[in-house]
Amino acid sequence: MDVTFVNAFVGSILNVFKTMLNVEVKVGKPLLKEAELVSAEVSGIIGLSGEVQGSVILSFDMPVACAVASTFAGAELDPDSADFTDALGELANMVAGNAKKDFHGYEASISLPSVIIGKGHRVSQSKVSPFLVIPCATKLGNFNVEVALITSKVPATAGA
Amino acid sequence: MNLKILLVDDSRTIRNIQKNTLKTLGITDVTEAADGLEALSCLANARPDLMLVDWNMPNMDGITLIKKVRETDKALPIIMVTTEAEKSRVLTAVKAGVNNYVVKPFTAETLSEKIQQTMTKCGAAASAS
Repeated sequence: MDVTFVNAFVGSILNVFKTMLNVEVKVGKPLLKEAELVSAEVSGIIGLSGEVQGSVILSFDMPVACAVASTFAGAELDPDSADFTDALGELANMVAGNAKKDFHGYEASISLPSVIIGKGHRVSQSKVSPFLVIPCATKLGNFNVEVALITSKVPATAGA
Repeated sequence: MNLKILLVDDSRTIRNIQKNTLKTLGITDVTEAADGLEALSCLANARPDLMLVDWNMPNMDGITLIKKVRETDKALPIIMVTTEAEKSRVLTAVKAGVNNYVVKPFTAETLSEKIQQTMTKCGAAASAS
């Protein structure tokens, strides 16, 4: 995966969590995974289409998801409430949307968010391999941002 | 500020965050809509002083909503509040008829500033016409 995309997502994660949650994120070394990942208990998912296709998944264990959603919403959120999934979906939306502004030379659109809850669920990325896993550590707990992207054009170069 | 606001965003979390910011500006007269179609129904009932609109929403997106509003109301102040941050997207929104643009993630200060800026600009334009 092009380093531009890695940097775009790292920058976006830092920006979104700092601005909306007032939480610093320590981003670990991104890892490439070949095999399908078993996601954590809660996944906030955004699809990308256009010249960059694939998906972005914010993957949390339940206690971290609760802490993150509640901090974002500014109120204690019950995992069974619609507001819990709304908050995590919006967070995924912001991370993906904010990252794509730095996909220099590539036009991409984002989907509406989806949130999946369930232990041991898998999110299949059949067309995209390997995946990029960005480990994130915060005072609210650790989570991963999983990015699976393919591009469908040669990027425009500066001055072209 | 004594304003009537129409808040259009499919995320209740974001609407709540925006409402909290509006409260700090003394604005409590807020109507909420979760997509463009709901917003059009609200507009048919009452014209707000300002509309805050998300871009990506189900049923009817923000750009379609703004174009529809501008067919009949050129003067309603509209601020787009969205994750769409590329210059090409901002230009699309300006062409559709937005008066100002806020990129998510945003701070309460940024949103407040843009609201005040927009109302000053639109107020000045209205009194000049």
